[in-house]
Amino acid sequence: MAEGLRLEGVRLSQGERSLLEIDACVPPGTVTTLMGPSGSGKSTLLSFVMGDLAPGFRAEGRVTLDGRDLTGLAPEARHIGILYQDPLLFPHLDVAANLAFGLPRGGRRAARRAAVEAALSEVALEGYGPRDPATLSGGQAARVALMRVLLSAPRALLLDEPFSKLDAELRAQMRELVFDRARVAAIPVLLVTHDAADAEAAGGPVIRL
Amino acid sequence: MLRPLPLATAAILSGPVLLGLLGTVLPAVGLGPLGTGLTLDPVREVLAWPGLPQAMALSLTSGLLSTLGALAVAMLILAGWHGTRAFTLLERLLSPLLAVPHAAAALGLAFLIAPSGWIARLPALALGWDVPPDLLIVQDRLGLALTAGLIAKELPFLLLMMLAALGQTDQRRRMAVARSLGQGRVAGWVKTVFPSLYAQVRLPVLVVLVYAMTNVDVALILGPNTPPTLSVQVTRWMTDPDLGQRAVAAAGAVVQLGLVLAALLAWQMGERLTARLGRAWVWSGRGLAERAARAAGLALGVLSALSILLGIAALALWSVAAGWRFPDLVPEALSARNWMRFGPEMLEVAGDTLALAAVSTAVSLLLVIGCLEAEHRFGLTVGQRALWLLYLPLLIPQVAFLPGLVAAAGSVGLGPSWPLVALGHVVFVLPYVFLSLSGPFRAWDGRLARVAAGLGARPDAVLWRLRLPMLLAPVLTAVAVGMAVSVGQYLPTLLLGGGRVSTLATEAVALAAGGNRRAIGIWGLGQTLAAFLPFALALLVPALVWRDRRGLRHG
Amino acid sequence: MRLPLIAALALATPAFAEPDPTDWDAVLAEAEGQTVYWHAWGGSTTTNDFIAWIGEQVAEQGVTLEHVKLADTADAVSLVLSERQAGKTEGGSVDLIWINGANFASMKEQGLLFGPFAEALPNWRFVDAGGKTVTTDFTIPTEGYESPWAMAQVVFIHDSERVAEPPATAEALLDWAQANPGRFTFPQPPDFLGTTFLKQMLIELVEDPAVLQQPVGDDYAEIAAPLWAFMDDLTPVLWREGRAYPQTGPRQLQLMNDGEVDIAISFSPGEATAAIANYELPATARTYVLEAGTLGNASFVAIPFNANAKAGAMVVADTLLSPEAQLRAQMPDVLGYGTVLDMDALSEADRAAFDALDLGVATLSPEELGQALPEPHPSWAERLAADWVARYGVAN
Repeated sequence: MAEGLRLEGVRLSQGERSLLEIDACVPPGTVTTLMGPSGSGKSTLLSFVMGDLAPGFRAEGRVTLDGRDLTGLAPEARHIGILYQDPLLFPHLDVAANLAFGLPRGGRRAARRAAVEAALSEVALEGYGPRDPATLSGGQAARVALMRVLLSAPRALLLDEPFSKLDAELRAQMRELVFDRARVAAIPVLLVTHDAADAEAAGGPVIRL
Repeated sequence: MLRPLPLATAAILSGPVLLGLLGTVLPAVGLGPLGTGLTLDPVREVLAWPGLPQAMALSLTSGLLSTLGALAVAMLILAGWHGTRAFTLLERLLSPLLAVPHAAAALGLAFLIAPSGWIARLPALALGWDVPPDLLIVQDRLGLALTAGLIAKELPFLLLMMLAALGQTDQRRRMAVARSLGQGRVAGWVKTVFPSLYAQVRLPVLVVLVYAMTNVDVALILGPNTPPTLSVQVTRWMTDPDLGQRAVAAAGAVVQLGLVLAALLAWQMGERLTARLGRAWVWSGRGLAERAARAAGLALGVLSALSILLGIAALALWSVAAGWRFPDLVPEALSARNWMRFGPEMLEVAGDTLALAAVSTAVSLLLVIGCLEAEHRFGLTVGQRALWLLYLPLLIPQVAFLPGLVAAAGSVGLGPSWPLVALGHVVFVLPYVFLSLSGPFRAWDGRLARVAAGLGARPDAVLWRLRLPMLLAPVLTAVAVGMAVSVGQYLPTLLLGGGRVSTLATEAVALAAGGNRRAIGIWGLGQTLAAFLPFALALLVPALVWRDRRGLRHG
Repeated sequence: MRLPLIAALALATPAFAEPDPTDWDAVLAEAEGQTVYWHAWGGSTTTNDFIAWIGEQVAEQGVTLEHVKLADTADAVSLVLSERQAGKTEGGSVDLIWINGANFASMKEQGLLFGPFAEALPNWRFVDAGGKTVTTDFTIPTEGYESPWAMAQVVFIHDSERVAEPPATAEALLDWAQANPGRFTFPQPPDFLGTTFLKQMLIELVEDPAVLQQPVGDDYAEIAAPLWAFMDDLTPVLWREGRAYPQTGPRQLQLMNDGEVDIAISFSPGEATAAIANYELPATARTYVLEAGTLGNASFVAIPFNANAKAGAMVVADTLLSPEAQLRAQMPDVLGYGTVLDMDALSEADRAAFDALDLGVATLSPEELGQALPEPHPSWAERLAADWVARYGVAN
């Protein structure tokens, strides 16, 4: 089956040192969890999938998304969203502009504004558009970051320990929100974590490195 | 000990400028020792000079366009190529150019692009031209050659400043997010990294703007002369044998000052407009012609590096040339005679120049680190207004306050001397050291200090054993920038040293007036090497010390 | 208690020279161990070398000579001026200035000079004060406030390979330039050489050059009219159509070497020979003068009123007048400057050495150079330069 995110014979190495080998298939609407200790190459794998591998690393194998081979494509052409443990909102833009950043091109100005407003109210942040991202709480910023990535209509979502900086209560809420949204959007999700609770909440297969 | 430092530093920087300005403004309205009593005649005479509108327009356009150009090219290079092999190459090409003295770069460029220059000699040889075409390429009326020369010379400075600040902008992750959200490399960088970066390098950009508007040496060589830029004309009035013209020069300097302030204001309005347009651009989701933008960045970067490098190569060749006539591409023969004539003295002066640079940079560095540390420990933040004061020496045209300063120093018994020159250099070196160090210093992760304090380290230990070692690269870059600035100082050395303190800069500019390319080649090369040495060390030392520490390597 | 009184007297009588040059032994004694800062234009490498050689000579008398290389002589003038503004009446930073013309007139008028001293120098006895213009400087009497050290005369340099018959009158120059557009230029006034070109052309074109010996008067427009008519015709056929000019004399020679122009003006009869030797001009460069003669003047050195090493400065001035130094200055591969000395006043051996001097391929003999024409009053240079700038220097 061609749908979803597939990693075929992927092998990462740094110089002579082999980092990891992996074969995986993440069907749309499901979450696959990668677990492993620090330095096992999890983040490097995500960079590889994003198309953003740092110089000095070598990769073999290929990644396909909905049957399309991603090898050699620029990161912006892959339509793969990512969430890090920091929300990484752009500090010079207000909340609304941060959300508008990922909106696919086209559409009238009013329509774009409306899409941003709708996204804000979906995560209970109505009226937060003109706010400086620096004034948001951790949970609010995490929700804005999530909506920003979803507004860009990604075909897959990568999660790089996205909940590790949140306190316990928020973490549970965010997990639910993120996995729920991913299922609704019917996109494959690849989660990298070292927190077993994340893996459990994701509910999908777990690959240990 | 640390607490009064910021105030003292501000006084060291602004005191000379304000005193000097007073010494300029007073004669402009007929007051002072030479004056005839309060009058507006000098100002009227400046306003009556028929070349004034064109000279002002020239200063303004060459200043604004060259600053804009250098900034745009630096932006395109970083946006399109940072992290690639091409960038590393370009950085290696451009960084040493920072050390090339302005006059030498301009002379090299002039030889390159003149109708009898190196480039024109190719078709001349091929087509058998016997004389060069009579074309006004260098010193054109619109100042295009001047603007191009300034762009080429200021590009390395801006690029290095931006590169030094880039380590603090989290650009890797921002770019990863921007690109995953569908933005191209250049567009994503300009939208997400550039605004923070620009905020950090804003003052260096303004300094470039002021320099570009008020420099004398480059404008003399590449700029038009019928009429010249306003700063060149002010210098002419200043050096007129008729001492009565000093008052006119002072009035011209005041006009120059007003023009610079107006340009700064215009630039600030431009910044706001650009920010507004930028937000609209972000909202639109539109990208850029990525391929074209990247190609333009690389091409312009390489072109500007090559133009200066080839110019310097030409000067180097001139320094060993026997006869060399149009349209020959190389001299008839090589000769060591020029070096035997000028070499020994040049080396001697080079030693003095480096000593002066080392002393003024060391003083500046201590003051800057003291200020930044005081700011960190006691929260003695230099407010935005005080910060402007700090940059006063760079934002006020030199020609407007140095003559007044010499008179002021003399009136308290400080005659022209080596220490006075060193002090004068500090006034110009310190802001650059501050500019290049403050960003990295402030952006240093303060949590590390708290961790260290928790482990029992005293603030001094944190500074010397943690903060400064981690900031080794930016500190050395600041030292290199400071030394290059000192090596390049012409007017302060000449006036504050009463001509007795010879440096490579004073000798090179004096020779530039004579136009002997062989001597200029030797002195220009000497000055380039003197300024280049610290830069080489600034690049080499951190790379060696931190070779196993990826987290401490920038970029 | 008497010391301040003496100082006050000395200040009150600025004409009284202290140290007294007529007591030369005292001057020599005082000069020993002094460092003399000689502010001189540093744009010519041959001149710099010559000054270094003078330094070696005076070192034998215990004087250290430091050449402060100026981009413009006016820098030294303004330095002395600013020192006086600051009340620094002794221990000043300038000991000796290479000076003439308007800078001298300005400093003398403002009382910024030490002296009189020149005519009391021991070597003054060799100076050709009767035959050469060494006691007036651009019509201003020197009155011993500056000491001459070289004679200069306007010559034109041409590339004999390109211009076989160089134009030797103003009219011929204009005809030649119109036939060869873009092949001639001059340093941009108010550069002294460019201003000299204007003066030289005015002398050619004016009916009676004697009027130029007077300060500029009410009849200026009338006298200068032929010059501006000439310049109106000449400017469009200049190099770059007169839209750009070389800024200095040496730059102009560089243009000649680059093949951009064929004729250049110079104020030093030996410059072409020296430039050929230093590869700065093609070997085919030659020198000529105008049929009706060319301007000449002397280069001087002067001592500021507040100089720190007046005795040492006088020793340098005297050394410059020594037959040995004068001979060296005239050597074509050194400076090629004309001497200020009177051949008849010299010893036989010295005279023979001057006679034996081979002036070089591109230098005219004294006979070919002819008698130099006197410089106009400095006000002419100033007025002509200002007028030229207004007419052609800011063209739109």
